[in-house]
Amino acid sequence: MTTPPTPQQPQAQPQQPQAPHTQAPQPQQAYAGAVAAPQGPPATAPAAPPAPAAPAPPSAWQQAMSNAYTSPIPVKRTNLGHALTSEWTKIKSVRSTVWTLSIFLILVIGIGLLAVANTQSDDYQDVPFTVPAFFGLMLGQICLITLGVLVTSSEYGTGMIRTTFTASPQRHRVLAAKILIFFTVAFVASAGSILLVGLMASGAHSGPEAGDIPWGGTVFKGALYVSLLGVLALAVGSMLRHSAGAITTMLGVVLVPAILPGFLGIWDSTQKLGEKMADYNAINSLAKIFQIDDFDSATGTSQLVLLIVLTAAAVVGAFALLEKRDV
Amino acid sequence: MIELEGLTKRYGEKVAVNNLTFTVRPGIVTGFLGPNGAGKSTTMRMLLGLDNPTAGDVRIDGKRYAQLKDPLKYIGALLDAKAMHGGRSAFNHLLCLAQSNGIPRARVHEVLDTVGLTAVARKKAKGFSLGMGQRLGIAGALLGDPEILMFDEPVNGLDPEGIHWIRNLMKSLASQGRTVFVSSHLMSEMALTADHLVVIGQGRLLADMSMADFIRQNSRSYVRLRSPQRERLLDVLHQAGITVVEAGNGTLEVDGTGAERVGELAAQHQLVLHELSPQQASLEEAFMQLTAESVEYHAHADHQGPGDAAPGRAPSGGPPPGQRPGQGWGSGWQQPRKGD
Repeated sequence: MTTPPTPQQPQAQPQQPQAPHTQAPQPQQAYAGAVAAPQGPPATAPAAPPAPAAPAPPSAWQQAMSNAYTSPIPVKRTNLGHALTSEWTKIKSVRSTVWTLSIFLILVIGIGLLAVANTQSDDYQDVPFTVPAFFGLMLGQICLITLGVLVTSSEYGTGMIRTTFTASPQRHRVLAAKILIFFTVAFVASAGSILLVGLMASGAHSGPEAGDIPWGGTVFKGALYVSLLGVLALAVGSMLRHSAGAITTMLGVVLVPAILPGFLGIWDSTQKLGEKMADYNAINSLAKIFQIDDFDSATGTSQLVLLIVLTAAAVVGAFALLEKRDV
Repeated sequence: MIELEGLTKRYGEKVAVNNLTFTVRPGIVTGFLGPNGAGKSTTMRMLLGLDNPTAGDVRIDGKRYAQLKDPLKYIGALLDAKAMHGGRSAFNHLLCLAQSNGIPRARVHEVLDTVGLTAVARKKAKGFSLGMGQRLGIAGALLGDPEILMFDEPVNGLDPEGIHWIRNLMKSLASQGRTVFVSSHLMSEMALTADHLVVIGQGRLLADMSMADFIRQNSRSYVRLRSPQRERLLDVLHQAGITVVEAGNGTLEVDGTGAERVGELAAQHQLVLHELSPQQASLEEAFMQLTAESVEYHAHADHQGPGDAAPGRAPSGGPPPGQRPGQGWGSGWQQPRKGD
């Protein structure tokens, strides 16, 4: 079929027998092209064809590159919008979101309605109409903490994070999208439920005995506080990468400052610290936001600022660790 | 095209990947082979930017992974079958991946169809068998219709039908001009799919050559003989200057001579043959020999075991060519191969 000097079987690969002599190699036959590299008519230029023994002549690859596959799917530059839609799909497609949010709503609205039913108009003389939501929020904040942790740490637990970061190597964008989506979901759920309870209370008890205390701010601040607590949990989950560890840590953050002041008050040296803790722990902060603490007229702004600072610090830490660590 | 340049990964004292340099080319299936713990998965994670290399560099079509703006359209990877949230349905798992890269929703249905999971698209991934999980992972890799595909041990846990499907899938993907990079610890599997081989052991590059070269360099071809007139056959072959090895169970093995010549000799002397078959020594064996050196380098004593004795193998007329002296545990692998 050919003259002796023709390299008939470079690397002894199986090849189409007709390939070296057809005028134009089929563009789809990238495999044959990459291996055999049938360029130029061998009969006229016996010295020219690629040496069969040389491993992978570059010309062969270049040819293969020109045959390389190109996808018909249009290429788009990804941005935060893509990450947000992706995270929105993620958060709504798992059971843990449904469960934690349902329990949260049941606690806040359920306990809230019970409280509304068992109060009189004169109970609202000094407190806003949203106070019934406070009792539910004390427990309900645990649900948002759990959800916040799970949004990040469940990906590490299941191995999903490797798939996620393969699809989006811009890790900071993924975390930013998670925070935004989670915060929005948590804020809408908490503000909505507090608002509902407030409307119920004002509807049921808007008698002349009730004080005319504005309660719009408490809806915003209360929702912001518990949502930020959730974002803090999300950042802790991202740093610890372990659901149980992160949830335990967050329970510590919520409960320890509420319990510890009882002990710290015993000694003079720690009394000051104990008082600060009593003032700024999560439960008392919520109480201040809902103006239950009637000794002073503070509305929990300083508590909210502390939580914002704390959450911001945790988020910065999460971002810093995210880029550095292996997954 | 994937280019690795001096890629190194150290975990404390332990060097998982040691100065790897090779290129994965388009249009062919490149097998990435190594025993368990050789550093294959670590290398693949570094390729995908999941792990940071201690030293060296990986480039995908000339870019670092983190610089890819639409990574799923460049490279699709199956790392491990269960790299997904078990509580999410197959469809939603793929949908969130697609959305993160701006891939249209219709494509999710397409890939589910390609891997044959349409019927269970709405089922939760945690109820999936290993094989179904593997298929879902492959669907994720195909989602962006990428130029480069990377599979880490794709046939693990698959039934024969699934293995067959993956083999054909990889071949057809490569024939479309894509780069296919597939890791395995099974040489026999690679022999069926890969065109090019990269072998690593203890994190170091041991071989980077075409499959055909690997076979030629590393495997021994011989002719297997069985005859009721064994003694006479031995005499005849000896007289013809042909080296014969007794391989137990009454079979003889002839190295370096074609089956035609042996058959003609037998016919000339009117010898009855019950078997005359050309054989290729197992590639698994060649692979074991190659990697045994790197294993022995780190753990001596244990590997001088049963392999050396090679029971039932009495060389008559010197050691057969193509067989290395002092091979380690690899030689033991010849025994189970006798059956096929």
